[in-house]
Amino acid sequence: MSTPTLDKHSAALDAAENSAFETITVTLRVRRFNPEVSDEVSWVDYQLEMDPKERVLDALHKVKWEIDGSLTFRRSCAHGICGSDAMRINGRNRLACKTLLKDINPEKPITIEPIKGMAVLKDLVVDMEPFFQAYRDVMPFLITKGNEPTRERRQSAEDRERFDDTTKCILCAACTSSCPVFWNDGQYFGPAAIVNAHRFIFDSRDEGGEQRLEILNDKEGVWRCRTTFNCTDACPRGIEVTKAIQEVKRALITRRF
Amino acid sequence: MQIHKYDTVIVGAGGAGMRAAIEATKRSRTAVLTKLYPTRSHTGAAQGGMAAALANVEEDNWEWHTFDTIKGGDYLVDQDAAEILAKEAIDAVLDLEKMGLPFNRTPNGTIDQRRFGGHTRNHGEAAVRRACYAADRTGHMILQTLYQNCVKEGVEFFNEFYVLDLLLTEVDGVKRTAGVVAYELATGEIHVFQAKAVVFASGGTGKFFKVTSNAHTLTGDGQAVAYRRGLPLEDMEFFQFHPTGIWRMGILLTEGARGEGGILRNKDGERFMEKYAPVMKDLASRDVVSRAIYTEIREGRGCGPEGDHVYLDLTHLPPEQLDAKLPDITEFARTYLGIEPYTDPVPIQPTAHYAMGGIPTNVQGEVLADNTTVVPGLYAAGEVACVSVHGANRLGTNSLLDINVFGRRAGIAAAKFAAENDFVELPENPSELVVSQVESLRESTGNERVAEIRKALQETMDTNAMVFRTEQTLKQAVEDIAELKQRYKNVSVQDKGKRYNTDLLEAIELGNLLDLAEVLAVSALARKESRGGHYREDYPNRDDVNFMRHTMAYREVGEDGTESIRLDYKPVVQTRYQPMERKY
Repeated sequence: MSTPTLDKHSAALDAAENSAFETITVTLRVRRFNPEVSDEVSWVDYQLEMDPKERVLDALHKVKWEIDGSLTFRRSCAHGICGSDAMRINGRNRLACKTLLKDINPEKPITIEPIKGMAVLKDLVVDMEPFFQAYRDVMPFLITKGNEPTRERRQSAEDRERFDDTTKCILCAACTSSCPVFWNDGQYFGPAAIVNAHRFIFDSRDEGGEQRLEILNDKEGVWRCRTTFNCTDACPRGIEVTKAIQEVKRALITRRF
Repeated sequence: MQIHKYDTVIVGAGGAGMRAAIEATKRSRTAVLTKLYPTRSHTGAAQGGMAAALANVEEDNWEWHTFDTIKGGDYLVDQDAAEILAKEAIDAVLDLEKMGLPFNRTPNGTIDQRRFGGHTRNHGEAAVRRACYAADRTGHMILQTLYQNCVKEGVEFFNEFYVLDLLLTEVDGVKRTAGVVAYELATGEIHVFQAKAVVFASGGTGKFFKVTSNAHTLTGDGQAVAYRRGLPLEDMEFFQFHPTGIWRMGILLTEGARGEGGILRNKDGERFMEKYAPVMKDLASRDVVSRAIYTEIREGRGCGPEGDHVYLDLTHLPPEQLDAKLPDITEFARTYLGIEPYTDPVPIQPTAHYAMGGIPTNVQGEVLADNTTVVPGLYAAGEVACVSVHGANRLGTNSLLDINVFGRRAGIAAAKFAAENDFVELPENPSELVVSQVESLRESTGNERVAEIRKALQETMDTNAMVFRTEQTLKQAVEDIAELKQRYKNVSVQDKGKRYNTDLLEAIELGNLLDLAEVLAVSALARKESRGGHYREDYPNRDDVNFMRHTMAYREVGEDGTESIRLDYKPVVQTRYQPMERKY
């Protein structure tokens, strides 16, 4: 029986296994807005005792569950997969469930705002409909011609790898709502829609690339991108968003994809 | 109040709901009601794979898959249903590929497959490569692909509509489906959806446990609504604890990690699964592995200062393999624990993961009002349902399969029913129950808080109804839940508004969790045997003489208004497999 012992612990593992619950006082500074009550926006500070290893989402829950039940935000999976809780944390778009307090300097007040460029409906909840409409507009589904094979379509591992990065998108809108072009022009498709077009344009099984490229050749399409890389910085899935947009631009010029 | 009329209404937009919607929309005027946006559904959190005996990388066939499913479920599986699951698995995977799902590929371009717990060659000889996968984000890819195809088919969604009631109308002495009542989160408005056919696909109920892989929103809404309308819940005592959740957080780390060669170790570095499952070792079924982990912990071989977890060791696997096959879960370890899985073992503990039980259905997805009677026009599929293909313990990768096979079946059957039948008249004042539920919560001035009651519920469930259970712990759970239900009557919300009132929503969800936790505990108390995910230390053996049967729990309301649970039982469907002792 092979039983290598794990007697050498790294400092990181020791820290992770330290079960002591050490709290510090954290100030959460949240942008509140509820048109049912007032048309005015207000900033409210909440003082919380938190373990720095906890998530920003845990802090928001602590406010909602113990201080003010009316604080409103979307969330579901709580580990960065469902894309519900994108918000501006200290001025940067992040998922609240994927951001640990210790990683954003909890000594200072942490500012929490809704993502920008979308209508705020209440507190951190924004209107996602235009975002999903832009996504639907790029025909985000496999388009094929001819008869279907009886078994699976074949695809080489290299061809599969070609669009792997853009399959990771969880439609959280962190990228689109970090884009200055989108802030100024809500008609712009935005990075997320282009990422999802890319996912099909570069899929060797797909035959709808030309149609999608024409859609993105629109004046509100891919040419509006000014490569500020905000989207790439904002993506919680680590997708190279700007690179994907550049690849779509190149495909439009060369018509090779 | 608004009234809408659709042929088919689907409740829930995860894998099962959207798979049903793709079929139903082609055949009938269909609406999908979902309390989230479809792409937020928890199908997206599934990681490791979807089982199908494609035999792309080694010999395999659906009969072996059927056997593994039945054995994995400790013979509580309805064998006719398991056969359908395994047989239709192959087309279910191929259908998804044709819809665009980007599976990982073999060198010759076919769908790649890997090993998973409990899936074996030739009835248990050795692990077989049966799980079709897309890195460790197979569920994400399935959810995205199904949503993409819903966009393609023009499926009509009502996003952030929370279904709070099922409308049944008695016609000639038979309860028939008339529709559902939903609460619109954005406005607080109540909507009645009249429908010829309704499909419940609203997912699981794991949030009554503290350490769980489940999303905050998995609160058993569909099960609770059906139960309150007098329909039974089947096998609710069988809840799966996934062996490898991140310690204390419960975040899932796929069994695919062990499928790729990962090893569980105790504080001495020992590969302890060799003692418990000499053939399958770390790839034994989940109930077996979770019990083994807790046995190690209880006997003092757990890791860390408190000795309350063990390690998932991936350090012997090449970093390239982790990057290619397990990128998400290795990132979870980095993000949430701050450790590097290339070089450090990952602290894990079992995490509440999956409800084997649910709303009873037959293999067409038709909901049962008792052991045999179908509720005309009512369907259920996915984790909310109990077909039962998972019996007492579900095999890994069989849930992504279940939602596709039975989601599709339910969608087709519901649309067919809608085509062949007329609308049933709505009951008088159809939104009465929902309006009173919502208004009484909104107006309550009670002094109990949702979060406190929910925390107490999760504490008692983790302490008393988890991997190891006894008569004493289960009685304690029943007692605690009864007390919490009393306190719940005095619960109030701070947000009294109509707009996006998630405070109110959480209060309603807690009511659902309390009802379902009680059914779980009462059903578990009555099952004086150990089988699959239900382990009784006071009855450590399986008892086929007395308990080879499904539990059917009914809500009873006495004349004085007191509620109680009545338990009945339903025979297991056995075809070709005789129960055997279960060893891995």
